[in-house]
Amino acid sequence: MTTMTREETDALIQEVLEVYPEDAKADRAKHLASNDQSAEKSSKCITSNRKSLPGVMTIRGCAYAGSKGVVWGPIKDMIHISHGPVGCGQYSRAGRRNYYVGTTGVNTFGTMNFTSDFQEKDIVFGGDKKLSKLIEEVEALFPLNKGISVQSECPIGLIGDDIEAVSKKAAAEFGKPVVPVRCEGFRGVSQSLGHHIANDAIRDHMLADVEKVEPGKYDVSIIGDYNIGGDAWSSRILLEEMGLNVVAQWSGDGTVAEMKNCPKVKLNLLHCYRSMNYISRFMEEKYGIPWIEYNFFGPTKIAESLRKIASFFDDEIKANAEKVIAKYQPLMQAVIDKYKARLEGKKVMLYVGGLRPRHVIGAYEDLGMEVVGTGYEFAHNDDYDRTMKEMGNATLLYDDVTGYELEEFVKKIKPDLIGSGIKEKYIFQKMGIPFRQMHSWDYSGPYHGYDGFAIFARDMDMAINSPTWSGMTAPWLKGSDAPAAKAVNE
Amino acid sequence: MPSVMLRRTEGGKLSLYVAKKDLEEIVETVEFETPEKWGGALTLADGSVFYVDPMPEPKLPITVKAKKM
Ligand code: SF4
Repeated sequence: MTTMTREETDALIQEVLEVYPEDAKADRAKHLASNDQSAEKSSKCITSNRKSLPGVMTIRGCAYAGSKGVVWGPIKDMIHISHGPVGCGQYSRAGRRNYYVGTTGVNTFGTMNFTSDFQEKDIVFGGDKKLSKLIEEVEALFPLNKGISVQSECPIGLIGDDIEAVSKKAAAEFGKPVVPVRCEGFRGVSQSLGHHIANDAIRDHMLADVEKVEPGKYDVSIIGDYNIGGDAWSSRILLEEMGLNVVAQWSGDGTVAEMKNCPKVKLNLLHCYRSMNYISRFMEEKYGIPWIEYNFFGPTKIAESLRKIASFFDDEIKANAEKVIAKYQPLMQAVIDKYKARLEGKKVMLYVGGLRPRHVIGAYEDLGMEVVGTGYEFAHNDDYDRTMKEMGNATLLYDDVTGYELEEFVKKIKPDLIGSGIKEKYIFQKMGIPFRQMHSWDYSGPYHGYDGFAIFARDMDMAINSPTWSGMTAPWLKGSDAPAAKAVNE
Repeated sequence: MPSVMLRRTEGGKLSLYVAKKDLEEIVETVEFETPEKWGGALTLADGSVFYVDPMPEPKLPITVKAKKM
């Protein structure tokens, strides 16, 4: 299929909306759009950050997932208590692949699950006593922890437990940060509010008593890189090669000390805008530290970002940035030479969380591929503002897409690759379409930085050009009069 | 009266941000723009107007209370 015109895209949206009842149709219509690069503001053509419709299959998570899973969870030397029933924490335990160094269970706790395991009596009589006992036990068993966060699950808010009081008392008793986080799953419309709540908790409990210190000349921090498959490590080395001094990196492979270091940097480098912009804005206001967004996917965007970062520093750093870019250029050219011929012209549809639907576009384009549809689970207007410039005109945008819509779009657009999450993976693979998980990098990675791009290119090639796809039709169905071949692809 | 954050964007323009309302918009005009008196009605690029009490010219970024007009 060649690139669609605006009329075709609009017609496709109309066709897919047809099955909904009137109200649902009117609501969903606002979340689907064909991209218009000339539009000043996304809010004119797409609505986002609204409650999902009851009855449709959404792919979103909850506020607890945004706080415990995304922002707090990767801080490795703290113990994050999933306060409430056991399931929320256990079913999401260690699923996010945010790598860290340390000895798990001794000085780092990233892949462990701590929970207060609420029972009926805790719901009836309240769980505050249990929480303080749990904190005491944690202190006795894991004395090297640098702090504790209490991540509320739904029931905590419903029964009205006072986790703030318990935390305050425990913090005074043990002389460590004990942070109550009110991220009950029912708050907000998606995990996005969880990010915001988590950021506010960091502001109030981790940075409240931190004073501004005169920063070193080249001190920077990496914020909002979750080190999926080692992403932050492959980013950090580039900054260090440039001569910058990375004094903090969080929350992927992050520590309490690094968080507290942040107010003494020259510049905050923000990768995931959606989940960490709040704290960056706060530090800009309180400490006067500027922040910039950057993008380390694919050589084009990396070079752009390195130059942008360098522009905040002196000529030496600027020259170094050019050196780094020049050094990796031949390596990147080799990667592109190897894979571009195999991937050129392939079409990709993306549906990821709050950042990657726009950030990875450049990396695909470096390989000669084209992103023909993209959408976010939990983006806000400001994310779509940033997306519309990156996407081609008249390409398809879908916000909080439903299971049904995504399947229908895929059937019509017939992309060569889909990048989304685990819940979508097997549906599309069974439809015969190559798929990569773009949350967890499909157990590969890192994808950030120059080293990451080589892995990214290899993985995309592996998915698309795997010989598996030629075996989708049973041998006896091959040939001119194959009766069931159609059904397989429908 | 929402709290709004005023800051300079990377391009040097004044922007107004309301986290709760999902609004991040460039400020087109500021009613008073002298060092002693700064603020008043702020007209945004999308046409909406926010009113902040006039104050001495602030150091940006700053979070202030603003009224949507
Ligand atoms: S919605 Fe509530 S019960 Fe479900 S995972 Fe989130 S916090 Fe747990």
